[in-house]
Amino acid sequence: MQNRRETLKQSAVVAGLLATAGFPQFAHAAFNKAAFDAKSVQDSAKAAGATSIAESKDVTITGPDIAENGAVVPLGASTALAGVKHLMIMVEKNPSSLVAMFHVTDAVEANFSTRAKMGQSSDVYAVAIMNDGKALWAKKEVKVTLGGCGG
Amino acid sequence: MADPMRIRAQSSGDKATVRVLMSHEMESGQRKDASGKTVPAWFIQEVTAKHNGKDVFSAEWGPAVSKNPFLQFAVKGAKAGDKIAVTWKDNKGDTRTDEATVS
Repeated sequence: MQNRRETLKQSAVVAGLLATAGFPQFAHAAFNKAAFDAKSVQDSAKAAGATSIAESKDVTITGPDIAENGAVVPLGASTALAGVKHLMIMVEKNPSSLVAMFHVTDAVEANFSTRAKMGQSSDVYAVAIMNDGKALWAKKEVKVTLGGCGG
Repeated sequence: MADPMRIRAQSSGDKATVRVLMSHEMESGQRKDASGKTVPAWFIQEVTAKHNGKDVFSAEWGPAVSKNPFLQFAVKGAKAGDKIAVTWKDNKGDTRTDEATVS
């Protein structure tokens, strides 16, 4: 069971991850620099105004408990909530935490799966950005026995 | 030009589940080659899908998506016989579109 302090701490982590993602939307031209510059995490976390970020049971992250091969980790994000704008999959301890960002429209279900590379065992996050700017997240720990970012 | 994608779209009820397997190196930009030089990043940045010519899905990806990426999503209101077209674009500007029919 999580206490409030732990939840707050983890919310701060997600806020940092969100900032890496260039929340709320990153420009294509600056894709690599803005979205994946880990150095600016702290600064942009404040700029992103990520105070309305909270854990939610309505967001689901799916993945294995143990991934034998970190190069191919099946991860999925889904939510049953209405009014979701983006769904993102993030791996906390990767060099750049944002793996994928899906734009939710009326025509598709807010349920996406893909495969990600993971350098080491880490928490993985599904983050749903709502239309009103709120961010809701869920996390899951995935243990990796063989890293996927090396040779 | 890259190899074709494998797309499977299967209708179930009032939606169609689309599974895509793309053929792409997805170089992360973290690896080093034998001489110690960093291998430049080369990955799919943008994925879009059309249902009967109408945009329904888009995503932005980072280099952490696996090599030969897999993607699954569900299109609401797609019936058997409908066309699903998937397009990707990588950070070198290369792009590819493939189409499949919902079964």
